[in-house]
Amino acid sequence: MTRTVAALLLLAFSASGFAQEAPPAAQDPVLEKRVMALSEELRCLVCQNQSLADSNAGLAVDLRDQVRELMQAGKSDQEIREFMVDRYGDFVLYNPPMKPATLVLWAGPFVLLVAAAAFLGVYLRRRAKRIDTSDLSADERARARNLLDGDGSGGT
Amino acid sequence: MARALIPLAVFALICVFLWIGLSLNPREVPSPLIGKPAPVFELPQLREGDAGASFRSSELKGQVWLLNVFASWCAPCLEEHPYLIDLARRDVVPVYGLNYKDGRQAALDWLGKHGDPYSGIAVDAQGRTGIEFGVYGVPETFVIDKAGIIRFKHIGPLNQRVLDEQVMPLVTSLQQ
Repeated sequence: MTRTVAALLLLAFSASGFAQEAPPAAQDPVLEKRVMALSEELRCLVCQNQSLADSNAGLAVDLRDQVRELMQAGKSDQEIREFMVDRYGDFVLYNPPMKPATLVLWAGPFVLLVAAAAFLGVYLRRRAKRIDTSDLSADERARARNLLDGDGSGGT
Repeated sequence: MARALIPLAVFALICVFLWIGLSLNPREVPSPLIGKPAPVFELPQLREGDAGASFRSSELKGQVWLLNVFASWCAPCLEEHPYLIDLARRDVVPVYGLNYKDGRQAALDWLGKHGDPYSGIAVDAQGRTGIEFGVYGVPETFVIDKAGIIRFKHIGPLNQRVLDEQVMPLVTSLQQ
């Protein structure tokens, strides 16, 4: 029993030991900072929920090297983004561009928000109307009084 | 009555979206290279006996060919290998290999053991040509037409269905 617990504890705390930032390969810290900054917004195609900066997958390392080389060759960040999109598609960008194919992606949440607001507006107005008309007529009042004050037999 | 059906309709709509969304394969990212000229590359040959010191993709202009990205360390490559061997045996379309980030000897041993279906093999030891082709999962297979345009890309191991329904009809129509 204690052994199992010890083993589980070891497992639980060992995971953080594996986690590490990818080590920088170039010596120039300014360049390396730029490489990592741009890699943050590029998706690793192999491990799709990680950015190139986070991933130690073989392809991610290669692509970071590629980014570094392009930077050394004097390319701007935008040119490097285009280089990646030309080869891997918009999917490599964590921040997708606005264009017809991604219109639903960009506009969808706002359309939903407006629709929900409209629904809420209609619903509130209807409810307000219901409350307005819920005033009892004189006849109903008399009946209610009769029920409350009466002998409880409920008869009218 | 009709009002009661609204939640049901919304539920059905969500189901349709989920059904479509969950049946998509997130690993299959549409390649922006389809319909674009294949990157031109010149790389060393894997086999020493092959003519010429280097493999030039420009020399393949004028014919329809397949480019198969493979490596000896890649398990799914072995899975698709029999289909490539069969293609080579039938001699319908030349298959060229791009040996991706592999060791020369390991690749040669692997081909010696499992058979060699390739008309020529280029060595991409650094994976740079792979990046040019937008390769992110080995194996990948490209169909390239006579003008050197990429017409089709398959990610992951080939199988009979992909070959019969997508690759071969396309190759036949491109060859005419």
